[in-house]
Amino acid sequence: MTTYPSQRQRWTRQARHNFLWGLLFTFPVIIGLLWFMLYPIVISFYYSFTSYSILGRYKWIGASNYLALLEDQNFWISLYNTAYFVIFAVPLGIIVGLGLALLLNIKVKGMSVYRTVFYLPSIVPAVASAVVWAYVFNPQYGVLNNLLRFFGVMGPGWLASPEWSKPALIVMSTWGVGSLMIILLAGLQDVPQELYDAALVDGATWWPRFRHVTIPFISPHLFFTLVTGLIGGFQYFTQVHVLTNGQGGPARSTLVYSLYLYQNAFQFFKMGYASAMAWILLVIVVICTALVFRNLAGRVYYGGA
Amino acid sequence: MRETSQQPRRPLQQFVAHAALIALSFIFSIPFFWLVTSSLKVDEQLVAFPIIWIPNPVTFEHYIYGLQFVPFPRYIANTLFISTATIIGVVLSSAWIAYGLARIRWPLRIPLFIIILGTMMIPFQVTMIPLFVIFRNIGWFDSYLPLIVPSFFGNAFFIFLLRQFFMTIPMELSEAAKVDGANELLIFWHIILPLTRPALATVALFQFMAAWGDYLGPLIYLSDKDKYTVSLGLALFRGEYNAEFGGLMAASTVMMLPVVILFFLTQRTFIQGITLTGIKG
Repeated sequence: MTTYPSQRQRWTRQARHNFLWGLLFTFPVIIGLLWFMLYPIVISFYYSFTSYSILGRYKWIGASNYLALLEDQNFWISLYNTAYFVIFAVPLGIIVGLGLALLLNIKVKGMSVYRTVFYLPSIVPAVASAVVWAYVFNPQYGVLNNLLRFFGVMGPGWLASPEWSKPALIVMSTWGVGSLMIILLAGLQDVPQELYDAALVDGATWWPRFRHVTIPFISPHLFFTLVTGLIGGFQYFTQVHVLTNGQGGPARSTLVYSLYLYQNAFQFFKMGYASAMAWILLVIVVICTALVFRNLAGRVYYGGA
Repeated sequence: MRETSQQPRRPLQQFVAHAALIALSFIFSIPFFWLVTSSLKVDEQLVAFPIIWIPNPVTFEHYIYGLQFVPFPRYIANTLFISTATIIGVVLSSAWIAYGLARIRWPLRIPLFIIILGTMMIPFQVTMIPLFVIFRNIGWFDSYLPLIVPSFFGNAFFIFLLRQFFMTIPMELSEAAKVDGANELLIFWHIILPLTRPALATVALFQFMAAWGDYLGPLIYLSDKDKYTVSLGLALFRGEYNAEFGGLMAASTVMMLPVVILFFLTQRTFIQGITLTGIKG
């Protein structure tokens, strides 16, 4: 620890004391950040320019991995599948989560029972819910198509059909909006009642009140769910890996980005290639998050809580 | 939808809300209903067409035989071991670190906190390969160490949660203790930790859920089937016998049960935890 008495005031004994205590308490996270974050991020950037495979030696191959990715059909398919999933699942999740939260925010009897019903799916282990949904979606014996038949609809093949497998994944992920709903509900409960009353006195109907009172007040919550949804959506992996035995089928229709990355790293042992994919993912996530922040952060209203 | 008066109870609105909530509850419960009833059906009824809603007769054979396709009791024990170890790691380290970020005035506390928050944005896929290489090179592949050891270095999400809690405790409490000659260690142990027990319980609870359901970590690091976790075991079971509906549903029920029971026992802790980590602060 160096101090610069000429630049700043000399550290008081107390300040030095505090600095040492601070270091003592935070050294695990400093080590953790270096060991499990900084070093892996840097070295994976290096790997992405090599022919690294866990099996043998590796050499520097320049941008070859990145160039090969541009030509790799599976790379583009996986990118498309993930974009499809994120574009539909994230907004749908927020809309459904908000809808449920709005309903629960009306002070109805038995609210905690309903809340439990909606929340529970979001906490059950992903593997178990994937196994259950595989059976729910089963075209012949599954409950979903049998229910649809009851309403006179011929259900599709869902996970067995290349056209319907992605919508099936979106349905599955929408089932898990519970924690998002809880966050939005917390936001709704913080909206001051006086504002609603004032809006009522002004003769505002449901929509203006929702648009100009509710939405601004819960905008931090909406913003949070959007950002975490985006980041989570790009990493969507477990359910697909379980449902398709790690294949991403049928016909690569559920080969999402993280799954293809995993296949490259741990099935084909193309670690350098997979690292290039990881870096592209990082750049995409950072750009998306930055865009969201840039376009929406200014509109988020923090006057509430 | 215009509201004409500000009566405290609006019967029509209540009625519509109830109807919608009941319909939605029904839809959200279908998978659970299907799971539990299917696990109790005899084989012919599992593949009946049209489907049979209520199992008749009720059978428990899937809970007896279904759980033997793969050694589930062993996998449960393995997963409980990992969960317990990571709970200890995460609670101790995250509380320790959060104290340094919330209760000590020193120049790095804000920058460090921002960096920790920033890491939550980084996809696991980015660090996954180098971490695998690191742990493999030090001989930890096919052991639980890569799953457990990192938990002793803090978890960004839990550090954030605990920091928020620690900030709500008045600083005067610490200052009074210091006047009495206590140092930071004593304050941490005797004042802050006892005051934040509910928050620590929330962390333990969330960590249990995360470890119990974790899939990608065990998938990468474990290769010996005897060391598998429940997640891997269930995925393996499904991979090899995907038409054993009864057994699969029984195994899934068993895997979900601890989570559901814990939820009902600790509902309030849960909801508060989620709400608190939501935003604020």
